[in-house]
Amino acid sequence: MEKTIKKSSLTISENGLEKKTSSKRLEVLKTYKIYIGGQFPRTESGRYYQPTNASGKKLANVCLSSRKDFRDAVVAARGAASGWSGRAAFNRGQILYRMAEMLEGRKAQFIEELIQQDSTKAKAEKEVNLAIDRLIYYAGWCDKYQQIYSAVNPVATSHFNFSVPEPTGVVSIIAPQADSLLGLVSVIAPVIAGGNTCIVLASETKPLCSVTFAEVLNSSDLPGGVVNILTGKPSELTSWFVDHMDVNATIYCESNSDVQKMMREKSALNLKRIFFYDKVKWNTDEGQSPYFIMDTQEIKTTWHPIENIAGSGAGY
Amino acid sequence: MAKTISKKKSNTIKLNFDTSWSYAPAPESKSAATINKQYDLFINGEWVKPSGGKPARLNDDSRSGGYFDTINPANEEKLSEVAEANVADVDKAVKAARTAYEKVWKKMPAKERAKYVFRISRMIQEKARELAIIESLDGGKPIRESRDFDVPTAANHFFYYAGWADKLEYAFPNRKTESLGVAGQIIPWNFPLLMAAWKIAPAIATGNTVVLKPAETTPLTALKLAEIIQESDLPPGVVNIVTGAGATGAAIVNHPDINKIAFTGSTDVGKIIQRAIAGTNKKATLELGGKAANIIFEDAPIDQAVEGVINGIYFNQGHVCCAGSRLYVQESIAKQVIKKLRDRIESLIVGDPLDKNTDIGAINSRQQLETIHKYLDIGKKEGAEMYQSSCSLPGRGFWCRPTLFTNVAQSNRIAQEEIFGPVLAILTFRTDDEVIEKANNSPYGLSAGVWTDKGSKIFNMTRRMRAGVVWANTFNKFDPSSPFGGYKESGFGREGGLHGLLPYLNLVN
Repeated sequence: MEKTIKKSSLTISENGLEKKTSSKRLEVLKTYKIYIGGQFPRTESGRYYQPTNASGKKLANVCLSSRKDFRDAVVAARGAASGWSGRAAFNRGQILYRMAEMLEGRKAQFIEELIQQDSTKAKAEKEVNLAIDRLIYYAGWCDKYQQIYSAVNPVATSHFNFSVPEPTGVVSIIAPQADSLLGLVSVIAPVIAGGNTCIVLASETKPLCSVTFAEVLNSSDLPGGVVNILTGKPSELTSWFVDHMDVNATIYCESNSDVQKMMREKSALNLKRIFFYDKVKWNTDEGQSPYFIMDTQEIKTTWHPIENIAGSGAGY
Repeated sequence: MAKTISKKKSNTIKLNFDTSWSYAPAPESKSAATINKQYDLFINGEWVKPSGGKPARLNDDSRSGGYFDTINPANEEKLSEVAEANVADVDKAVKAARTAYEKVWKKMPAKERAKYVFRISRMIQEKARELAIIESLDGGKPIRESRDFDVPTAANHFFYYAGWADKLEYAFPNRKTESLGVAGQIIPWNFPLLMAAWKIAPAIATGNTVVLKPAETTPLTALKLAEIIQESDLPPGVVNIVTGAGATGAAIVNHPDINKIAFTGSTDVGKIIQRAIAGTNKKATLELGGKAANIIFEDAPIDQAVEGVINGIYFNQGHVCCAGSRLYVQESIAKQVIKKLRDRIESLIVGDPLDKNTDIGAINSRQQLETIHKYLDIGKKEGAEMYQSSCSLPGRGFWCRPTLFTNVAQSNRIAQEEIFGPVLAILTFRTDDEVIEKANNSPYGLSAGVWTDKGSKIFNMTRRMRAGVVWANTFNKFDPSSPFGGYKESGFGREGGLHGLLPYLNLVN
């Protein structure tokens, strides 16, 4: 019996399809739900869609998230924002590292899902490894980018003056469509490493990893609401992602110029910061840098007088 | 009783603000400044007549012939007339800027570029007095401010960014930098020369060329700057200055061969620009409106705080996007602070901008005065109590007495919307959590202030306030090395300091 279970759940052939086994055991299918505020609800809309792989096989019944789901997610993200940005940067680093640990532990499941979504075993392994390494990369940045991009400004008057980066707030992200896991991780990690919270719309055609990744997040000390993951159609949701008045920045990773135009127009509503990552090759080193963190940072400059008694010079 | 004592003019009594204090006039001489009767457009290093005919702004007969008047807001007298650039003129300026970029400026060694910018800074210093006089004549601000703040800070801004030109490789770790190309820059009327410096200096130091439009009501110091630029032998076309109103600005924003828009002005126009450049590759920096919270805790040095609040809102007639227009006073000291503020505004000298004793000059334009009056009415109608200085106002020109409102509610429009005038809304609070909630409850996030003698409280507050510039125990301080710019609907991008370089550069691997 034990032997059979192993066979049916883990054996994978080169073409990615499960080997036919003689087992009579019925496989337990996974329900792919969305992730809002640390919970796994179904979409409030009750709708679903069925992404398929290249050979036409239906992958799952996936939540077709609605505008209301997005709005709920914004509420969750806003609620989590002050707690997350208020955490010690060192602690954020530890949590991102923990996320990498949990991802490493569930590597096999991600490889399997990637293969279901038309990847090869070698490619899938590489993608998962890269995703883990990317989290480690940003875990290390959490308490360092501030030092690189801050400044003590030598003003001419008798003031102490310094500029530091601060998270912009709530960020809505349309994740890269082509890279199911790596794309998702690459856009989430710099945003939360910088102390922001986010709502991410997963790849429409390859959504499986995103829901499983939410399970990783949920078991890795990341507070609920910091990352919220929706599945659904960018064609339906993108305009709401950039429309919402309580979202501070929006990231879009595709090169559709009509959508980009629409997004920049709508971003004017509350002057969201808007970024198009359509030329980034996520599977190279170009896909990671502290400049991605800085995109969703604001620079705050603080002034304070320095006491100057009767024109006295420095006492040392 | 008090009255009889004050009439004795004794030196031994305490200052009594019920008495009338007056200073002898101390006007700056206009003779140190030369203003031409008419100014053309500064394109490709030359003064070019506007292509004229139909002015860019339609249905306005006062603008026939392609020129419009600029007046002194303190007496409504005409100072000069300046050209109005239409779409064809703007196109000419952009072409000049493009040619200068491709053929000269981009190729020039950075250290040579730097020397031109240094030279401009020096020449502004040389002509500082003339520039200050013209700034006060054209814009209405007190000569004390234009002389001691606007002009020197403008010169310093060029000097600061000049030095960056050949050091950009140190500014962005692990990246190379590339200039963007032609920058279209549109600036407001509140700090005409200083805003021109904030825009032009970083743009040309980083290797871009510029088409700049000064504000319609205050074009003269920018045109003086054009004269300086011409004198400095800066290669023709690197800086082009075209005057006009909103339509001229729109022509710049919509020009297809512009790579970057830098705008300082209202949030409404900023949003229009962001929409207009959707679908293009134009980069943008928007420095927009504000409604800064200035917070006084009970443990603050009260007299210093009162001075800071006065400077925060009445500096430059309140025509300051980062003005401390919302005052939050801790309840326990509210009565005392309000009393001191009322006494203090009574002592502010309102009048001739060219008088060296003047604290508050003329409102920049009739239109702006109307806007301010509209808000005074709104404030009264909303139930706030208005208090104004009892000072007399000159008969001609545009004037507004320093004003404060008490009994203001957080939801009142005078506490939510930018007035851009000498009008302070005073609110109270009890706890730090409450005041943070109130201070951050604004679509704006440009600046903020906090007054307390407790260091840990300062950092608690400055960290939690959502604003790009936070002044603790001071207000309205600026420096070329200090980044300036907003959060939220106050815009994006920074001007000043190392962080002010990025808006004019692409980072490449």
